[in-house]
Amino acid sequence: MDRKIIPAVAMTSIWGFVGIVAPIFVQFCMRGSPNKGVVQVMLVLTAACCWLFWLCAWMFQLNPLIGPSLETNFIRYIQEEWK
Amino acid sequence: MGSVFRSAEMSLCQIFLQSEAAYTCVSELGELGLVQFKDLNPDVNAFQRKFVNEILRCDEMERKLRYIDKELKKDDMKIPDTGENPKAPAPKEMVDLEATFEKIESELREVNTNAEALRRNYLELSELKEVLKKTQNFFAEHGEGHHTIVDDAQNALVHDEMATTSATAVQLGFVAGVIPREKVPAFERLLWFACRGNVFLRIDEIAKPLEDPVTGDAIFKCVFIIFFQGEQLKLRVRKICEGFRATLYPCPESSQERSEMLNGVSTRLEDLNTVLHQTEDHRHRVLANCLKEIRNWIIKVKKIKAIYHTLNMCNFDVSHNSLIAECWTPVSALENVQQALSHGTELSGSTVPSILHRMHTKETPPTFFHTNKFTKVFQSIVHSYGIASYQEVNPALYTIITFPFLFAVMFGDLGHGFIMFLFGLWMVVMEKKLMSSKSDNEIWNMFFGGRYIIMLMGLFSVYTGFIYNDAFSKSLNMFGSSWHPNYSEPLLDSVETLVLDPEYEFDNVTGPYPFGLDPIWQASKNKITFTNSFKMKLSVILGIGQMLLGVMLSLVNHIYFRNPLNIFTEFIPEIVFLLCLFGYLVGLIFFKWATFTVHCSTCAPSLLIHFINMFLFSYTMPNDNFNYQCDHTNPKLTGCKATTVFYRYQNYAQIALVLGAVLCIPIMLCIKPFVLRARHNRKIRVSIES
Repeated sequence: MDRKIIPAVAMTSIWGFVGIVAPIFVQFCMRGSPNKGVVQVMLVLTAACCWLFWLCAWMFQLNPLIGPSLETNFIRYIQEEWK
Repeated sequence: MGSVFRSAEMSLCQIFLQSEAAYTCVSELGELGLVQFKDLNPDVNAFQRKFVNEILRCDEMERKLRYIDKELKKDDMKIPDTGENPKAPAPKEMVDLEATFEKIESELREVNTNAEALRRNYLELSELKEVLKKTQNFFAEHGEGHHTIVDDAQNALVHDEMATTSATAVQLGFVAGVIPREKVPAFERLLWFACRGNVFLRIDEIAKPLEDPVTGDAIFKCVFIIFFQGEQLKLRVRKICEGFRATLYPCPESSQERSEMLNGVSTRLEDLNTVLHQTEDHRHRVLANCLKEIRNWIIKVKKIKAIYHTLNMCNFDVSHNSLIAECWTPVSALENVQQALSHGTELSGSTVPSILHRMHTKETPPTFFHTNKFTKVFQSIVHSYGIASYQEVNPALYTIITFPFLFAVMFGDLGHGFIMFLFGLWMVVMEKKLMSSKSDNEIWNMFFGGRYIIMLMGLFSVYTGFIYNDAFSKSLNMFGSSWHPNYSEPLLDSVETLVLDPEYEFDNVTGPYPFGLDPIWQASKNKITFTNSFKMKLSVILGIGQMLLGVMLSLVNHIYFRNPLNIFTEFIPEIVFLLCLFGYLVGLIFFKWATFTVHCSTCAPSLLIHFINMFLFSYTMPNDNFNYQCDHTNPKLTGCKATTVFYRYQNYAQIALVLGAVLCIPIMLCIKPFVLRARHNRKIRVSIES
C-alpha cells in the first residue's frame, strides 16, 4: 500500500507548489508589475490542469479490470529481460 | 495599466479645441492611439461636412500616389520598408506635397505617351523592313534582279510563252503588308471567295515576334503580298485588308529602290532604338527618385485624411472659434491624453490651452482590453467568438492556458510536441529580427503572429506526451512496468497470444506506473480498447471541468454587476443542473476507478448503462445476499452484472438527482421573465403617477 502513495504525494506536492506556493511568491515579487495577475492565473490554471490530467491517468490504472493481450514471444522476452 | 481580468473602465470626455490647435492636437491623439471619437454629426451628409474639401484633396493625392505605385510595380521596383513612421505634416505643407505629386505624375504620363508613340513608330518601321526583305526574297526566286516587280510577277504567274509578248501583257497591281498570324487562314479564304480566285496571295512568316506598343505583348505576324488586275479588285482587296486590320506598306517597284529603302529603314530603326532606350532611362530615373520617398508620402497622406475625418466628427462652435469633440477613453489613460493635448497645443503655437472634461453618461461604454504582445493573440482568438460586454470578465485570460492544454490533450506526442516547442521558441527568441524583415507571405505571418501560442502548445504537448507515453509513437519505460507476466514454457508454446490477468500479473504492491500509461500497453493488441476507455472518461472529466469554470465566471459577473435576480434564477439552477447530472457522472467515474478491483470485475458497473437507466428510472436490484463491499477476501460474488445497482440506496439517490435537475428547468425559464415584467410595470406605474 505504501509504495503506491509515493507518486501520488510527489505529483500533488509538485503541482501544489506550482499552483499554490508560486502564485503567493509572485504576489510579493512582481508587486508593481501590470502582468502580475496574468502570471498568477497562468500558474494556477497550469497546475490544476496538469495535476488533474496526471491524476486521471494514475487512477485509471490503479485497479485495472482487463490486462494487455500480448504475443507469447514478447512475453518470453519480457520474462527474460525485465527482472 | 489595467488588468486583463475585466475590460477597462472607460469614461466619456469632452475636448474643447481651439481652431488653430485642432489639427495638431488630433494628430497627437492619433499617435497616442487610446481615444475613440464619437460622431457628433451623424445626420450630416458626407459632402456637407466642414472639411470636405481637404478630404477631396487628400483623395486626389492618394490617386496620384497609386498611379506612381503602379508605375513602380510595372518596372519591378520594390518599395523599401524603412520602418519609419512619420507624423502627419502641417496643413501648409500639404500644398507642397500636392505640387510635388502633380509634377511627378505629369512627368510620368508625358514619358509614357512619348514612349508609346516611339514604340509604335518602331513597330511600323520593323514591319516595313520585314516587308521589304520578304518581297526581295520572293522576287529573287522568280526573276532576275533588274526587272520591276510587275514584270517579275508576270513571269512568275504566267508561265507560257505568250506572256512575253507585252502587247497582250496585263497590267498587274499589288499591295504588300503585314497581318497577325492568327488571321491568315481566314484572310486567305475571304480573299479567295471575294475575288473569285482572281488574286494571287503569297504569305511569309516573320520569324521573331514584334512588340505591341500599347500592351507590350509579343505578337507573331506574317508578311503578305497580293497581286490583282484592275481597279475593282484593287478596291476589294484594300477593303478586305482594312477589315482584317492588316497594315499596308508602300513597296517600291524596282529592286534598286527597294534596297535603298531597306538601308534607310535600317538606319532609322537604329536611331529610334537609341531614342527609346534613352526615354526608358529617363523614366527609370524619375521613378528611382520617388522610390525613397513614396512610402513616407503614402503614410503622411493617410494620416492627413484620417485627421480630417476625425475633425469632421466634431462640433464647430462659432462663438468661441473652437471645436468640441466627444471621445471614449480608458480612465487609466486620461493623463496621457492630457499630455498629448498640451503637446499638440504647444506645437501649433496657440496660446489658449485645450480643455479635457469628463462627462457622466448612462450610455454603455465600448469594451477595451489592454493587451501586450503576449496576450494579444489569445484576445484575438476569443474576439472571433464574440466580444464581451463592458466590464464583463474577460475569457481570454483563461484561454492562455486552457487553449494550449486542450490542444495538447488532443495532440499528445512528446517528440513532435518538442519540435513544435522548439519552433515556437525560435520564433520568440528571434522576435525582433523576424519582425523587422517584414514579409508578404500570409502563411508565415500567421505562424509568426501565433508564436507564443505555438510555444505553449508545444510545451503542454510534451507533458501530455509523457502522460500518454507517446514519443514519436513509441513508449518510454522510465520507471519499470507494473505488469510482470509469469507463465510457464508449455503454456507459452501452446498459444499465440495471452491476455494478462490483472489479478496475478499486475503488481499491486508497487502500484500503477507512476507517471502516465504503462509502457506494456504499446506492445499489446488491445491497446486501443484500453486507451479508448481512458480517453473517453478523460474527455468527460475535462469538459465538465471547463463548463464548471465557465459557470463560476458567470457568478463573478453577477456579483460584480450586483444582480441577485440572476444569481437565483440563472446561476443556481445552472450549477444544480450541471452538478446533479454531469458532476454526478464525474463522481461515478472516480468512484469506479477507486473501488472496483479485478476481483469484482463481473460486478463492475457500466457507467454508460447506469447513466441511461438513471433517466429511464429503471433499476436492476441485486439479490439479497449481495454484499455492497468488494475486496479480495470475499469470494467472487454472484448475482451481480454490469447493470446492477452497486451502492446502497443508489436508486433513491439517483431519482432525487434527476428530479432536482429537471426542477431547475422551469426555474430557469419562467421566473426571470415574470420578475422583469413586474419591475417594468412598476416603473411605468411610478412614472405615470409622478
